[in-house]
Amino acid sequence: MPKDGGIGASTKRREDVRFLTGNGRYTDDINLRGQLHAHFLRSEVAHGRIRGLDTAAAAAMPGVVRIFTGADFAAIGGLPCGWQVTDRFGQPMQEPKHPVLADGKVRHVGDPIAVVVAETLEQARDAAEAIVVDIEELPAVIDMKAALAPDAPKVHEDLTSNLCYDWGFVEENREAVAEAFRKADHVVSLDLVNNRLVANPMEPRVAVGDYDPWNDMSTLYTTSQNPHVIRLLMGAFVLGIPEHRLRVVAPDVGGGFGSKIFHYAEEAFCTFAARALKRPVKWTSTRSEAFITDAHGRDHVTRIELALDKDHNFTALRTETLANMGAYLSTFSSSVPTWLHGTLMAGNYSTPLIYVNVKAVFTNTVPVDAYRGAGRPEATFQLERLIDKAARQLGVDPIELRRKNFIQPDQFPYQTPVAVVYDTGNYQATMDKLLQVADYSGLEARVAEAKKRGKLRGFGIIHYIEACGIAPSNLVGQLGARAGLYESATVRVNATGSISVFTGSHSHGQGHETTFAQVVAEMIGIDAGQVEIVHGDTQNTPMGMGTYGSRSLAVGGSALVKATNKIINKAKKIAAHLLEASEDDIELKDGKFSVAGTDKSVDWAGVTLAAYVPHNYPLESMEPGLEETAFYDPSNFTYPSGAYGCEVEVDPDTGKVEVVSFAAADDFGNIVNPMIVEGQVHGGLAQGIGQALLENCVYDENGQLLSGSFMDYAMPRADDVPFYRVDHSCNTPCTHNPLGVKGCGEAGAIGSPPAVVNAVIDALHRGGYTHVSHIDMPVSPARVWAAMHTK
Amino acid sequence: MYDFEFVKPASLAEAVAAMGRDGAQALSGGMTLLPTMKQRLNQPDSLVSLNGLAELKGVSVAGGVLTIGAATTHATVAREAGAYPALAALAGQIGDPMVRNRGTIGGSLANNDPAACYPSAVLASGATVVTNQREIAADDYFQGLFSTALEEGEIITAVKFPIPDKAAYVKFAQPASRFALTGVFVAKGPAGVRVAVTGASEDGVFRWTEAEEALSANFAPSALDGLTVEADGMIGDLHGTPEYRAHLVKVITKRAVAAAG
Repeated sequence: MPKDGGIGASTKRREDVRFLTGNGRYTDDINLRGQLHAHFLRSEVAHGRIRGLDTAAAAAMPGVVRIFTGADFAAIGGLPCGWQVTDRFGQPMQEPKHPVLADGKVRHVGDPIAVVVAETLEQARDAAEAIVVDIEELPAVIDMKAALAPDAPKVHEDLTSNLCYDWGFVEENREAVAEAFRKADHVVSLDLVNNRLVANPMEPRVAVGDYDPWNDMSTLYTTSQNPHVIRLLMGAFVLGIPEHRLRVVAPDVGGGFGSKIFHYAEEAFCTFAARALKRPVKWTSTRSEAFITDAHGRDHVTRIELALDKDHNFTALRTETLANMGAYLSTFSSSVPTWLHGTLMAGNYSTPLIYVNVKAVFTNTVPVDAYRGAGRPEATFQLERLIDKAARQLGVDPIELRRKNFIQPDQFPYQTPVAVVYDTGNYQATMDKLLQVADYSGLEARVAEAKKRGKLRGFGIIHYIEACGIAPSNLVGQLGARAGLYESATVRVNATGSISVFTGSHSHGQGHETTFAQVVAEMIGIDAGQVEIVHGDTQNTPMGMGTYGSRSLAVGGSALVKATNKIINKAKKIAAHLLEASEDDIELKDGKFSVAGTDKSVDWAGVTLAAYVPHNYPLESMEPGLEETAFYDPSNFTYPSGAYGCEVEVDPDTGKVEVVSFAAADDFGNIVNPMIVEGQVHGGLAQGIGQALLENCVYDENGQLLSGSFMDYAMPRADDVPFYRVDHSCNTPCTHNPLGVKGCGEAGAIGSPPAVVNAVIDALHRGGYTHVSHIDMPVSPARVWAAMHTK
Repeated sequence: MYDFEFVKPASLAEAVAAMGRDGAQALSGGMTLLPTMKQRLNQPDSLVSLNGLAELKGVSVAGGVLTIGAATTHATVAREAGAYPALAALAGQIGDPMVRNRGTIGGSLANNDPAACYPSAVLASGATVVTNQREIAADDYFQGLFSTALEEGEIITAVKFPIPDKAAYVKFAQPASRFALTGVFVAKGPAGVRVAVTGASEDGVFRWTEAEEALSANFAPSALDGLTVEADGMIGDLHGTPEYRAHLVKVITKRAVAAAG
């Protein structure tokens, strides 16, 4: 049994006490003295030229302090993209300017035209209605294929076309892959869409800018997953404020799912306006605004093909994807369909030759960027749908086809043909476990029972892999990242032995305050209650890259282990001095330092007090105090993997799909808090089931968002998802980080969409609708019914 | 939200007087009105609240007729309309608990959303909409999308439902809003069977008369087997084509008949 509060214990989340009692401190809870309110006047058309902008009448309205327009930002940098992708031909991607406020053109519904700053929000909104905007509406490009047509209207007139880049990976394999397809005994292909999603975290985005002229200090309070990244991007690239004059605070944040990674115009605006007006400026997104300003996710259109030999070994894989960038390049948008997607196309399989082509396209829609899984769900969905189709087409069992082509347990470390090296894994084991957890042997009986009730029951299986713990900085630098991806921790041991940890990771629902404390408590052998975790403020945390890509424990936790080891090493030296023993003989156990083979000991607090009250202390050889900082840069990605099994029932009369059971067997390596890990999987599964069955972000041909509210954008609710059966007993620890952890935050959202769709197709085939080979997500009742009745 | 004057009359007479002023808008539960006002899509000069009027509240039964005060919430109907179980069940499926505890039957009927549940019950039951001026038969009341027989300033005070022998409402929910993608209310009374469909038609709630005739002859799901519904005039949107909705009308009607027993 793990020690209560140590590694392996399902310690309840300490942060939930404040969250569940309504006592969290979110950005919108911050109200500063003298605060003004900003209201953004946004474009109602998808594409247009601003011919005139008259703010005179609005500026004279009650409470208006100032109205800002694009002209105010003419001398200011645009919002930067953090990743430069190089195309197939060795050229850098086309990178348009992304102004803070529109610079003469609007490029999507929601693009900001002007901002009214007033004493109250209602006054700002009233004045915004008095602004006279003369917009010449231009033809919008919404569909990606149409956007690439030679005569398509250009989203950015200074670019050569709407093509951001044409990326090939591995480009050198292109011909060899083509040759393998020519020689293949079987070829299976599938056209599919990975539907556009809106992240919809419970807390909408908020920014509060503040400026202290007497210290020339700007502060931005913002709903961010990575305050240091925002400080760097906004300070260096947009506003030109050096780091020591700029503080970014991301307090309690109510969910992000990727959408709060990116640097947004509203953050730069509030910081800029607070400096200009010398008063705090606040903006809180409405839910309607969130739909048209938060970066969207997914939106890929793909054709994927698999070549097999006569024995059904995979011999080559080829995919062609159109990836929607939206109107501008959001912070990490360019990396999502490329490096976060192409490198995962091997999946769990030993396919020797892979070629991935991605064309990223500008359209008059909201920018698209990372959303829970970011590229990896798109890869998994294609591959696992295609393998299912292949099994059906070849008349073989989809489980056996996967097993046959798995990278086998004795093949690790495994060099894939798409650059990455998987360190560990055992896919046969997770598949075995899944079949057991899902009660696969009872499936036929359940199908027969459902049939008696008039329902078509089916089972869908997938096996996923993801690359998490991003990432080795030198590697991502070569691939075009404009940032490092290390993480940091400062461990400050206080005089009486309590510990304050300052981490560069950021918690917005993940439970770091609990799990990070468990790690430190375990290493030192003290109660986790003695450890506090501080995050989210650039002024007191070391430079870190924040939380996304299931990286916090694998990278941030590793930095924490490194810093804590430094603490332990120094504490042992102090203990050796106090105990008049050799440092080599000092053992640390259960928070007590003792001399091996003797009964001499000093407890943790005795050592920490000596460090800060160094009366009896080796001052000649060691500094007083007990505080250490460590940075950790991983040597590889981590590779969580797992098998998911979904069982659905389809109502043949209406096409409605019910997920009746869902089983998951994940390999996350070592686990610090099993309860939190299970919760992360539950949340990911709900999100993935949401994508598979419900969620769909749809524009009309003029670029108006048809699914612009919860009246039309269907979020999963409790009764849309089943009780999950989750198993985490098959663990192959990560070999290259000190905790042996892999990350668990995105797995559920990555693996569940293809599991659901595979199950629906299986149910339809069992029900006799064998002509249905694929249904695009969301697999809504109307789409299922149409597929059943369209041959 | 724009500024407005909030009027809280103490009686129906005061409410009627307040509604006579320019730009006055009746406020019941506000479940549709308040969101549109928050989005600045609606700008009444005054809101006349009907929520404090005891004379508009309550559920009662007399002589085979269930009468519901217009300002009675869905939650109250779900709880207290046990004399008409299909109606109580319908009320219990509207929205979520917050909506059910604010939204009212009068508000729903005055708004006449084409995907709302209540209009189907009123039409299928052959109910009577009572206002401060007159009584309006259900067949005359509904006049298309968000359109009713109500005159300017006229206030619904109650709805009178003759309790049928058999009835059921089945809703196939739109996945996002959970309004009716197609909802069907079937009622079998002494005068025959009435079938009202909500959520499906571009003209709002309607009676499916062919089904009524077939079911009046044989009140069983199989009676509908030979019927088809024309897709022409059905709603097509993100959640379903006109063809799909036309198909659902028949499927859901059969289910409602089966549920009515």
